[in-house]
Amino acid sequence: MQNSRIKISLIGNPNSGKSTLFNRLTGLNQKIANFPGVTVEKKSGTCSLYDTENQKVVRFEITDLPGTYSLYPKTLEEQVPFNILCDPANDSHPDKVIVIADGTNLKRSLFLCSQVIDLKIPTILVINMMDMVRKNGVEIDFLSLSKELGIPVVPVTSISGEGMEDVKKAMFKDIVPPEDDFIDSKQFAPEVVERIRSSVKMNSNYAAFQVANNFESIGFFNANSDRLTSIRRLLQEHEFDPVRMQASETLERYKVITVMLKDVLHTKVGSTAADRAFTRKIDDILTHRLWGYLIFMFVLFMIFQAIFAWATLPMDLVDSSFAGLSKWVGEQLPPGVFSDLIVDGVLAGLGGVIIFIPQIALLFMFIAILEDTGYMARVSFMMDKLFRRVGLNGRSVIPLMSGVACAVPAILSTRTIKSWKERIITIMVTPLMSCSARLPVYALLIAMVIPQRSLLFGTVNQQGVVLMSLYLIGFLAALGSALIMKTLMKEKDRSFFIMEMPVYRMPRWRNVVLTIIEKVRIFVFDAGKVIVAISVILWALSTTGPGAAFQDVKERLTLAQIEGDNEAVANLEAEKLEKSFAGLTGKAIEPVIEPLGFDWKIGIALITSFAAREVFVGTMSTIYSVGNTGEDVATVRQKMMAEVHPVKGGPMYTLAVGWSLMLFYAFSMQCMSTMAVVRRETGSWKWPFFQFAFMGLLAYFSSLLVYQLLS
Amino acid sequence: MPEGITPLSRLKKGQFGLIDSFTDETIKLKLLEMGCLPGEKVVVLRFAPMGDPMAVTVADSVLSIRIDEAESVLVKMDAL
Repeated sequence: MQNSRIKISLIGNPNSGKSTLFNRLTGLNQKIANFPGVTVEKKSGTCSLYDTENQKVVRFEITDLPGTYSLYPKTLEEQVPFNILCDPANDSHPDKVIVIADGTNLKRSLFLCSQVIDLKIPTILVINMMDMVRKNGVEIDFLSLSKELGIPVVPVTSISGEGMEDVKKAMFKDIVPPEDDFIDSKQFAPEVVERIRSSVKMNSNYAAFQVANNFESIGFFNANSDRLTSIRRLLQEHEFDPVRMQASETLERYKVITVMLKDVLHTKVGSTAADRAFTRKIDDILTHRLWGYLIFMFVLFMIFQAIFAWATLPMDLVDSSFAGLSKWVGEQLPPGVFSDLIVDGVLAGLGGVIIFIPQIALLFMFIAILEDTGYMARVSFMMDKLFRRVGLNGRSVIPLMSGVACAVPAILSTRTIKSWKERIITIMVTPLMSCSARLPVYALLIAMVIPQRSLLFGTVNQQGVVLMSLYLIGFLAALGSALIMKTLMKEKDRSFFIMEMPVYRMPRWRNVVLTIIEKVRIFVFDAGKVIVAISVILWALSTTGPGAAFQDVKERLTLAQIEGDNEAVANLEAEKLEKSFAGLTGKAIEPVIEPLGFDWKIGIALITSFAAREVFVGTMSTIYSVGNTGEDVATVRQKMMAEVHPVKGGPMYTLAVGWSLMLFYAFSMQCMSTMAVVRRETGSWKWPFFQFAFMGLLAYFSSLLVYQLLS
Repeated sequence: MPEGITPLSRLKKGQFGLIDSFTDETIKLKLLEMGCLPGEKVVVLRFAPMGDPMAVTVADSVLSIRIDEAESVLVKMDAL
């Protein structure tokens, strides 16, 4: 028996230390995907343990189910555990379930545990946070609890790892589900339970009862429409009221649990919950009307600093090493299309993926710490009222603010938002925040069209004011769009904000490190594929072109390169781009963008900017034949300012064109990396395309308006 | 409303009561499964700086709940 494989599901309340236990069991052998058909994150991992008793290696497949208080499938996150546990045909249906309980709130954990037990799946109860339980002066009689529940009970402290050996031992054991139900589900609706159980072949009375309660939201069940109608009729016949049933069940379970705990929990006289008193004192400061916001501002500022400033060094390092690598590879390969494809397509795309890693790692270091210590719940608490009005969530603050650095890590960070609708809205509007890739574009255009002038008696620089107003416009557009989406989107599940505020504790560094690795991995492997692919396509569009005209330019360019005529090379590069597919597309869209004040040259830049917005500057330098220096922004600016409008005469880049272009860059979705991440996080192309369309329309009409007003 | 029964949202910081009943089905079920049963003691711990939501201690944990949600939780204040 070498190949035994045991599937185990972990389930538990939020903040019960489930992820820590999962990390302890699986280490780096983790995989993150979505559960089939839904956008709920599926974390699974494997571990192989040696069973000394039977002298064999057993392989475990462990799935970490989303945190939940009960098995009632109200939200998407709750439907997942329910479907997996109730449907034996489900791919993830476990052989055993480990219920992780918070030892300091045993009552509520036992509620969930009792539901799992009644589904008749072999269950192990792991009671976590034993260090806190002891600190609070509470003793738990594990033997009698195990006897009462009829399942193994293991005390652990997942932070220190105490008790982990016992958990592993319990995982090997054959566990027989107790014969007697924890509570008799038949008592609430005898006939309904009986009929459903016999017609659908359920393992337990409780599963049948749950089907009666929730048949409409159970994925595996409502696939069969005949069965659905017959159940609907049965429930109508018996006037089955799910709300009343669920309430009765909950009350009955808690009644039994309360009696049980009287014999199991022993509180020493005179002991107090020390951790709660400590938490209350900290909360007095951290959620204070003045200090609370000041401290939060400081935390945001730190995050900002990190992803803006600290990330620069490693990002420059990535940049220069990729430049070196590209050069080296270019020299090794024989010149030609293949070499160009590798260097300018694939390597450029890979570099474009890896460049994000420092920002993602730093942002998630902060987020993991804020989540793990319990501070994130306080941020929600303080910001909820403000953000709720526009359909966002208190937790949307972090993604929105991080979006100022880069939308990619920001969108990855929306997983902390529990409500699906609020999370989607946050994802949709985050790219409207002015990210750092827009800065070079703004800087170039502002320097061109906004005069250097002092305002307010020389205290304020006019160019600075414009730059700031662009950031503000982005923020307001994000809030406004959120408000519109809030009213337009239908509610998938009713949003409520009842949330536990966990006690403060030290961050568990192992979790922090694993979170960082996990997020970087998701980005590199899931979004990265798309980014490299689009990068190759964009490369192909801008380096190939149809017909003899393109071939001709290409040949002349090669000739000029051999001769070393730099000026001719620069001019021919520009001509080559003009004759390429990207150039032709730029020309083709000219009639559409002309009302915005744009010409075909800007059109080309709009297309190539899709790789990343700052590519605008590089494209402009190619078009205006600045040559391969690219970095020389001042030269590009001079050449662009010298450009004369073909019809009107006068300079091409007027105030009207400048504002129109800046607004276009402020609003439109010109970032393949963001779109790739949105696809990853929402599970379909539907959302990134919707986002592309709404941001594009917003950009087009704002630019149209401002251009027509100013010119 | 019977005497001594008020919505949780009307309580001030530091006041407490016993959960009596719920007027909203969804919130009722959510709170019940979190262990907020009728008869449990609720203490108002604090309000968020903008007055909403509020934090209450109930059933061994601290919950954050929006004011309009707390409106549907009726608590008994007398006899304490």
